Amino acid sequence: MSGEVALSDITTTDVLIIGAGPIGLFAVFELGLFDMRCQLIDILDRPGGQCAELYPEKPIYDIPGYPVIGAQELVDKLLQQIAPFKPGFTFNRMVTGLERLESGGFRVATDENEVFDAKVVVIAAGGGSFQPKRPPIPGIEEYEASSVRYAVRRIEDFRGHDVVIVGGGDSALDWTLNLQPVARRVTLIHRRPEFRAAPDNVNKMHALRDAGAIDLVIGQVSGLSGEGGELRSITVKGSEGDVEVSCTRLLPFFGLTMKLGPVAEWGLNLHENQIPVDTEKFESSEPGIFAIGDINWYPGKLKLILSGFHEAALMAQAAKHIISPKERIVFQYTTSSTSLHKKLGVAD
Amino acid sequence: MTKLTYIAHDGTRFEVEAENGSTVMENAIRNAVPGIEAECGGACACATCHVYVDDAWTSVVGEPEAMEEDMLDFAYEVRPTSRLSCQIKVRGELDGLVVSIPERQG
Repeated sequence: MSGEVALSDITTTDVLIIGAGPIGLFAVFELGLFDMRCQLIDILDRPGGQCAELYPEKPIYDIPGYPVIGAQELVDKLLQQIAPFKPGFTFNRMVTGLERLESGGFRVATDENEVFDAKVVVIAAGGGSFQPKRPPIPGIEEYEASSVRYAVRRIEDFRGHDVVIVGGGDSALDWTLNLQPVARRVTLIHRRPEFRAAPDNVNKMHALRDAGAIDLVIGQVSGLSGEGGELRSITVKGSEGDVEVSCTRLLPFFGLTMKLGPVAEWGLNLHENQIPVDTEKFESSEPGIFAIGDINWYPGKLKLILSGFHEAALMAQAAKHIISPKERIVFQYTTSSTSLHKKLGVAD
Repeated sequence: MTKLTYIAHDGTRFEVEAENGSTVMENAIRNAVPGIEAECGGACACATCHVYVDDAWTSVVGEPEAMEEDMLDFAYEVRPTSRLSCQIKVRGELDGLVVSIPERQG
């Protein structure tokens, strides 16, 4: 891979952080205090990880100093806290490749072929990457190479097809509206007549259905039929029995689930889908690759945000030793250090 | 204490004593009842603690709220008696409650 990438297309950074959840974000702060520049990559479209994706409105009661704080509020405050260090963010990307460079440091590649070179890699990937959930329809795997899609990458792939979209959220409704003009026929299937999606889009969908431009079926997909990996039709179990719907492209939107993903392929030792680390540096079995937060494991590990913050602080010390081996690390407090104040952009 | 019975998909029954105020999901996890995953930890943010409430108990347990109904869209083989067990709080009148665990979580 190294030979094919033009140098101009490579983003270089001191520390590449995989995962922009609360721990990845706080790592930017601890690393920033030691003048290390950070680049974060996350599969979601925004920072915050599980806090933003799973429970933004929920309260957290065990963040020291906050008797209660909303999950999204915590993310917002962390973003504010790390703003002085101007981290780079790359969203909607899965890190697919991680390899050690002969010149030292690491090369990281994403599923959209972006390339990053970093002296240190920090894996703060929590429960793994959020990926579309495979709906529990028997035999769906055999159609995934062609007819079943979990995202729309190119609208042209749907032109002239009998498209069936399953779900009641924004993705399902957005694509119902957007694919209707290009598809041969769009059928929207949802378990119940109520939709989670934005009301405006639900109204537009109903208008299309009333005009006969799309079909809406209330029920659950129970079976698939086709051959050679190509779907022909699906069976929908509704309140009034089974309905057969012609289908050559199936787009199921069943939410996201966390999967370890490509982390397993990077040659790191693993312990039940977690990365074993030492408790001094939180370094993996590969020198220079650290793992902090829910993704790591050590005796006594607790999957708490506060534990991840501690891990980030100790990791930063070790990362500094790698990046500036000759520099003596002086321990300082943010409260009183004038040099830290300068980095944080606060007045003395 | 309130008695709860979980019936696993293979028919195995798990009887547990639950504290009032805890959730049906929490008691399943504490007692290592198989088939309840609770990926999100009880935030009503996934659909991996899905159970079927026994027909005799549906009216006592009650209907899901809108947010739970939304999450049930992601569950496997949803039926009229489907609930997310993290959203069922144990209380005295549920003494004897029976719930079944689906073949798989979504």
